[in-house]
Formats: sequence, C-alpha cells, structure tokens
Amino acid sequence: MKNYVGRDIPDYLLVNGKEVYQGKNYMDGKLIKKASPCTRRYEKPQESKIVETLADALKLCGAKSGMTFSFHHHLRDGDFVVNMVMKAAIEELGLEDLTIAATSLGAAHDPVAEYIAEGKVVGIQTSGIRGKIGEVVSKGLLKTPAIVRSHGGRPRAIEAGEVHIDIAFIAAPTSDCVGNCRGIGGKSNCGSMGYAMMDAKYADHVVVVTDCLVDFPNMPASIEAIDVDAVVCVDSIGNPKKIASAAARISQNPRDLMMAENVAKVIASTPYFKDGFSFQTGVGGPSLAANLFLEKYMDERGIKMGWAIGGICGPMVEMLKKGKVGKVIDVQDFDLDAVNSINQTPNHFEMSASQYANPANKGAFVNKLDFVVLAALEIDTGFNVNVLTGSDGVLRGAPGGHPDTAAGSKCCVIVTPLIRGRMATVCEHVVTVTTPGDCVDVLVTDYGIAVNPLRPDLIECLDNAGIPHVSIESLKEKAYGLVGRPDDLQWEDKVVAILEARDGTILDVVKKIKPYTLD
Amino acid sequence: MIIQKPAVAGTLESSDALVSIEPGDGKIELTLTSSVMNQYGRQIRETVLETLDRLSVTDAKVSVVDKGALDCTLKARVECAVFRSCDASEKDIPWGGVIR
Repeated sequence: MKNYVGRDIPDYLLVNGKEVYQGKNYMDGKLIKKASPCTRRYEKPQESKIVETLADALKLCGAKSGMTFSFHHHLRDGDFVVNMVMKAAIEELGLEDLTIAATSLGAAHDPVAEYIAEGKVVGIQTSGIRGKIGEVVSKGLLKTPAIVRSHGGRPRAIEAGEVHIDIAFIAAPTSDCVGNCRGIGGKSNCGSMGYAMMDAKYADHVVVVTDCLVDFPNMPASIEAIDVDAVVCVDSIGNPKKIASAAARISQNPRDLMMAENVAKVIASTPYFKDGFSFQTGVGGPSLAANLFLEKYMDERGIKMGWAIGGICGPMVEMLKKGKVGKVIDVQDFDLDAVNSINQTPNHFEMSASQYANPANKGAFVNKLDFVVLAALEIDTGFNVNVLTGSDGVLRGAPGGHPDTAAGSKCCVIVTPLIRGRMATVCEHVVTVTTPGDCVDVLVTDYGIAVNPLRPDLIECLDNAGIPHVSIESLKEKAYGLVGRPDDLQWEDKVVAILEARDGTILDVVKKIKPYTLD
Repeated sequence: MIIQKPAVAGTLESSDALVSIEPGDGKIELTLTSSVMNQYGRQIRETVLETLDRLSVTDAKVSVVDKGALDCTLKARVECAVFRSCDASEKDIPWGGVIR
C-alpha cells in the first residue's frame, strides 16, 4: 500500500493495527493506554546492589533466550557496554534469540554483527545503525527486519508496549552502590543521560554498568536507584577519547560558512526570529556554523535566544555563558565543553528522550521549537530527507531526532552541499524516506535556496528580505548536470529494515540490495 | 595510440580516480571498482571506454579505482595514463585535438 510520501509498504507488514504514514499529526488526539513493566519488590532494606560480574547481574534478572535488552548511546563511538553485555549473555550464559533495543548503534558495536550472522541476535531496534551491523542487516542476515525509529518514536513505542524491554542496561559514568547514576564525576563522562531515562522506567529489570563507584547518594541522579535491580562495576565502560571529542570546532570551510550565513539570513527573515526564540542545530559543519552567523543577527536586532535544545556542544554552551541564550535543555552531549557544563552552568538542564521528542506525550520540547537546522544525506524534490541509507542502499545512518524536530518546529531548515563527490544530494527520489517532506520547510545548498511550496508564508518572508530562491527541481537538475543522472538501485524483495515514522506508522522500508553487476 | 608500457594517473583521494594502464592481449580489458558503483558504474565504464576510443586505444588492460570522480576527472585521468604509457605526456599534447 502506498503511503503519504509515495512509498510502497508491503501489506504483510500492516498487521496488528500498523498503518502506513498518513501525513504529520495524523495521530493527534488519539487515546493511548500506556504499557507497564513487571518489576520486583525490594522491600527488605538492601545495603548494596553490587554484583560481581555482568553474568551475575544477568542471572539475577532472570535473563533467558528470546529476551529484549536495551542500551543507550551516550558513550557514542567509545561505548564498551553493549559488547560486554552481549558477550556475557551469549558466550557465558549461552543465550540466543536476543533482541537489542538501542537508542543508537555504531562502529563501536561491530562485534554484534558476528552475533547477528550466527543467529544469536535476531532483532534490532534502534535510532541509528552504522558500521558492520548496518552491513550484515543490509545483507539480510538478521532474522527479523530491523526497526528504525526516531529519538521521539522510540519512547513512544516503549510507552505503547510495542517494545517491551526485559532488561535495560545503563552505562553510567558514576553510580553509587544502589544505582543512582550520573553522567559526570567519573572517568568516562558523557554528561546528559537523557536517552536512558525511559528505559529505566519501562524495563522489567535495570542493570547499571559503571566504572566509577561513588558514595551514596549520587545526586542529583539521572537514573534513580528506585528503578535499579543490580549494579556492576567494570574496569572501563568506554574510551573517553571517543565518548566526547575535544571542543567541537566551527568549520573554516568557506563553502560551509557561505551556506551557514544563508541559513542565518533565512532564519532572520521569518517572524519567528524575535526575542526569546528557540533553536536547535545539528553538529555538522554548516549546521553548527549557523550559530556564529545567527549571533550576528541577534546582536544587530538586540534580541536573545530564549532556549536551545538538542544534542549540545561547546558553541551553544559558550552562548549560554555569554547570556545570549536563556536556557539550554540537553538530551545528549557531544563534546567536553558540554559534558562539563550540564547541571553545572546555571540554566543548563538535562531532559529525557520523551521530554525531548516523543509525539505521543502531552507536549515534548520539539513542539515549542521555532527553528531547527539539520543536515541530510539526500533530499528529493518532494523535500523528503534521507539520513539512513547510503547511495549503495546500505544502512549507515541515524534518523536520531531529525524527524521529530522537523515535525515539531515552525521552521525546519535543511543545509547541505548540492553534491558530495559524485553523489547528488538533491535528487529525484531519496533511497529511503526518513523525514517526510511535509515536515521540511527550507533547503539551503551551496548552489541556491529552495522553499517548500507548502510554505507560501516563508516564500513571502524570503521575498520581502530580498533573499533569492529557486525551485528544488532546478537544484536537482543542476546537481544531475554536474554528476550525471544516477541509475536506480536494484533491490530484492526481502525487507531488511522497517522505517517507522515518529507516530508509529510505516514511513518506508529498506530492502536487501541486489549484488551489482555491470552487465 | 599504442600502449607501450605500464602507466598510472590519478589518486585514491575522494572525488578522484586511480587509472592504471598496460599493454593488452589484442583488446580492451577493463576492471572497474567504484565507491558509487550502484548508481554510476555503467556511466563510468562508458566514459572510460569512450575516452580510450577517442584516443584510438584498442589494445590495453585498464584498471580504474574510482572514488566518486566526476566525468571530467575520469576523462583527464584516462588521457594522462594513456599519454604517459606512450611517453607522450611531457610535451606536444594535442590540446583541442583528441584532448578536448
């Protein structure tokens, strides 16, 4: 069945009330019954919940084959916890048929690809899929299609009971003996632990994995002891060098800077750009550089940013410290400046993934967002964005909060170069739709700006400000003129991944790619 | 042109291609790998074969390792490899002739 963005969704996936994507806000007003976990009472006072090994913790939680384990990705490419847990479960306890429900998976988790190929891991649910896991899933080696959700879609699915977490594993930079966790104060600091918060509340069992035990009580706790079954202290939960980079630097690339300047111009031309406006930006080159130019316009008009959300990095913290932004609310930290600032700098707060982006709660932060600036691997003439699959059809990306912020914000700006190498970023049809075009408002490229025809109000803003813009079709033709028109990818019938829209409908599917031959 | 000895041109940098050429067994034998194979493999092959044809190369083993080069880059790398293999890359390059 064709969905709202023209993607053909196989009928056999449309069971148990699953629907195809019908456009944004389709589920608005719908009543939901929240799922609830089945948790154990620890009525008798416990001095400590510390157990010796991960295997002990797994046994304590009644780990068995067929279970779903959840993880969060604040340790990013430095994470050791997913691999340690899966190794203990599969190689020490001999478990199989396991499902991993993670907030994101990347190159740090390459060893899991082996467990997928062996059939020990049979399900993957994630908001990002990269590295070898992406490759084996694309080859069709995972027993069930991977389910990819946005950062807001994931807590929605957990609340709805579509993902039932048997055991949640919390990678904690610090914990006390009963499981109060914080993202700072240890040797592998990550700052915000926002993505893990829902998991701790909705999992049947919660295991804290830390490499730095601190005195009770570890306050203010991101994950609270009231939800924790066991605490395991390991040598190291991650490689600090890969958890948080040194300060994210603003690009010096003149192409990035030109695009960033145009992004700021577009933002400054809209009525939403007034004192107290709200903002989120990605950390990619041109997205981050937009901060710099925006500051100039803010000074010119004598206005301040009310609040900023997101994955946070140094330049935003800098603006907070300078008093140019009122509050920063943070679900993840990308660099040491941000890690060292959260809950330390006044008005730098932590939030959960649900508070950030969940479309099924009573009002996430993204719903109050004026502007979001995002990148794209590809964007097509329907303004649909792909941030998941590469040009060869292989899974190697992460929707993350992209679809959530695009849908919630009043003005979503995509900034991307027109071509990357020989790849046309602006194209006729994206490989996979990860953010639907009805949520995307403006495209800024190095060859021109295009406004979604669904937003005549923004077209008028740009015209009034004298900002030239063109049709997205003409940008696509310009791109194809430079790189040539690409051949269509060739797919087999097998669905290897299901891409859920943030509201739980099916936005797109990724199929197994056919081996390529020249003849 | 007659390929007289092995020669290479280009790099493995992103947006470039490494073209190697050596004397053949009476025909054109092309091996091609590309970072954009699925979408541009055919077009890259056509561009390489057309360029060889324009230079009247009919007997060569050619290997192209493409890293997402544009057509103009591919043509230039193939032309350069061919001219180097004939020791003809130092001077008197036929700009505006077969090189265009």
